[in-house]
Amino acid sequence: MANNTIPDAGEKQQTLLGADELILNMGPQHPSTHGVLRVKLKLDGERVIGSECMIGYLHRGVEKIAEHRSYQQFAPYVDRMDYVAAVSNGLGYCEAIEKLLMVEAPPRAKVIRTILTELQRIASHLLWLGTHALDIGALTPLFYCFREREEILKIFEKYCGARLTTHAFRIGGLQYEAYDTLEKDVERFCKAFEPRIKDYEDLLTQNRIWLGRTKGVGILTAAEAIALGATGPVLRASGVKWDIRKAMPYAAYDQYKFEIPTGKTGDTYDRYMVRMEEMRQSRLICLQAIENIPSGPIMARVGKVLKPPPGEVYHSIEAPKGELGYYVVSDGTVQPYRVRIRPPSFVNLQSFDKMARGGLVADVVAIIGTLDIVLGEVDR
Amino acid sequence: MQAVTQATTEFVKQNWAPLVCGFVVVAVLPLIVGYVVLVERKIMADMQARLGPMRVGPHGLLQPIADAVKLLIKEDIIPDDADKLVFWLAPVLSVGAALLAMAGLAIGPAFQIAQGINIGILFVVGVSAMGIFGIVLGGWASNSHYSLIGALRSSAQLVSYETAAGMALVCGLLFAGTLNITSIVQAQYDQGIWFGLLAPVAFFVYLVASIAETNRAPFDLPEAESELVAGYMTEFSGFRWSLYFLAEYTNMIVVASVATTLFLGGWLRPFPRTHWLDFIDFLPPLLMVVIGVYCLIRVPKQPVRVQQLFMLAVAGMCFAVAVVLAAPMLGPLLKPSLASAMKPFFEGIHGGFWFIFKVGAYIYFFMWLRFTLPRYRFDQLMRLGWHFLIPLSIINVLLIGIAMIVGQYFDLTGPSLLLTTIPASVIALMIALFILAVEQKKEPQQQPGAATPDSYA
Repeated sequence: MANNTIPDAGEKQQTLLGADELILNMGPQHPSTHGVLRVKLKLDGERVIGSECMIGYLHRGVEKIAEHRSYQQFAPYVDRMDYVAAVSNGLGYCEAIEKLLMVEAPPRAKVIRTILTELQRIASHLLWLGTHALDIGALTPLFYCFREREEILKIFEKYCGARLTTHAFRIGGLQYEAYDTLEKDVERFCKAFEPRIKDYEDLLTQNRIWLGRTKGVGILTAAEAIALGATGPVLRASGVKWDIRKAMPYAAYDQYKFEIPTGKTGDTYDRYMVRMEEMRQSRLICLQAIENIPSGPIMARVGKVLKPPPGEVYHSIEAPKGELGYYVVSDGTVQPYRVRIRPPSFVNLQSFDKMARGGLVADVVAIIGTLDIVLGEVDR
Repeated sequence: MQAVTQATTEFVKQNWAPLVCGFVVVAVLPLIVGYVVLVERKIMADMQARLGPMRVGPHGLLQPIADAVKLLIKEDIIPDDADKLVFWLAPVLSVGAALLAMAGLAIGPAFQIAQGINIGILFVVGVSAMGIFGIVLGGWASNSHYSLIGALRSSAQLVSYETAAGMALVCGLLFAGTLNITSIVQAQYDQGIWFGLLAPVAFFVYLVASIAETNRAPFDLPEAESELVAGYMTEFSGFRWSLYFLAEYTNMIVVASVATTLFLGGWLRPFPRTHWLDFIDFLPPLLMVVIGVYCLIRVPKQPVRVQQLFMLAVAGMCFAVAVVLAAPMLGPLLKPSLASAMKPFFEGIHGGFWFIFKVGAYIYFFMWLRFTLPRYRFDQLMRLGWHFLIPLSIINVLLIGIAMIVGQYFDLTGPSLLLTTIPASVIALMIALFILAVEQKKEPQQQPGAATPDSYA
């Protein structure tokens, strides 16, 4: 990654006025690269004629760490990948190991998991909305989004004591019983949230400047999105109706009714609309789930020491940012032989060059924002 | 030597008032700017459901002082590869131009540094446009790509929007028939209507263009934080950075003052010639009294004794200002013979209040936009400027001119001139919108990103 070339830097590209190309190094310390992404841009004036993402500044060797920890010990580490959607990461990991152990979490645990994961999706999308709007120059939505996100984090804190890196779930179910007013808190949040989404939309959806900055920017057609392996809202905004919650239901998703919003053109505006609608749908799922939380145990019968039979398993969930997959190989000992993680941010980031080429510098930040990447997850 | 001393003494004797005014502006303006920033942060906080600065002094009232001290004692960094002389010169140039432009402004009939300058508006606009050299040179001298792009954006933006703003000013000047600032305000008094009402489109164009000129959101591309880190200011820190900051906010005050003078009736109170509305004169002191009383009510709620004392001091200051505002009005009531002697004081003090009030409202509008709107992209900014604002302002000048001639023909003056200027403005707006629509049809919006051929999908 340290080489100083840009893809096809050798071939001299035609610039508009025949001027020299300008190499602009964006990041890793830049206000809008969402962490430590480094993008090398080749510019003709302000137009982007080439780009390269340089990653690895936040590499912590998470996958390697897994090989030296027992199955339970590794669970908190996955929270540190996508640190703004820790609950979803934990869910994916726990379900993967459960699959490996061939146990299933009790229904009550599944429903509570679903509620918390959907709240986490809303929280993650709120963070995306705030920072994305900030990148495009709207200062205020950020604070409104953080106000609502705070409510969700309070629910997490009440449930498991942590706000961000929650480690909310355990392999086989839940560590903690739901606290008494969980349903009430979730309901209160959902009731208050509906008008709030409208507030955000009032600020942005019909705003001429917002439309100008997002419509037709960073277009990714359905074929391209599939070819590049994009998942999550990025794929759905291109018009592909693919959501793992529906396609391969996990947790308790098969019990609830919800829509999968899709876009048409696959531009930044469509991705914005898809995520806004997803927040509404997540809210609906939460409301359905709290209506009927089954009683019963919250933990399946798994031993204190987990020794899955030798074998391998791939389990993926629909994380807020896309398909989050865990490929776990067991050799029959207490530690996994190999854990390979398919992070949605990393794969979605591949589309960056495709989207950014031909745009302006200002579009680059819009595209980084719309991809909704978290560098902790990209670099692992 | 003696001759020089004598000449200097003579000069000072003859021009002591402007010199004092100039000294006051240079000495006090940084403080005012500091408080404008504090007010901006408070307004921003209010709009964003939070409190803003609360730590330094009660309600953060001493924050500007703390900021100034911090900026002054920061390490002075000049990048190795920078052009040192230009790097040193650029912020000074910027702030110098902004402060010089203040010289032409009149805050009330009495307070003008360059008194009676006959090219008033032209001087202010010309000198404040010089500030762009500071930005371009600073961006160039930094030897950094972000700075360079910011500087280039800034120069292109100024060229585009200065044209529209100039044309909008011409519109107001047509009514005034003079460039002298005092005379412009006097003309609005004589005609009995603000020029902003006579030529609303011109005022709108100037409003938009002045936001672009001062590099404020949604036109803050030269320093677009999320794209160019800090644009032309990226490599500047500490005191040099604060000079740029001072220049930016001073420019804001300058454009707001120009707009106030030309379009909003300068230091005249609303309806200055309608005598049954004279009670409006009592509003300023009343307002200050209300603020003072509010501060007094808040005193016991301050947690620390120092803060209580400070709050008392603020209340005291408000009452003092209220007394100053009220004195020239109450004097004649007690002793009618004072009326004629008090008149200039009254006009000076109340004129200053109304002028600052209008400038404040104008700047508040700037801030409101900044916290509400996303940022334009560079090509969109240029399209708005060249395809809409410039045609609009030129057509508007032509039509307003025609409207004035027609008005003269029918002997229309003052508010009745609205009969011709308003249709003229509406027609200008419609023609400009038509041109915009045609232009957009002619070049089917080139979507960046969409036009590039597919490389490998």
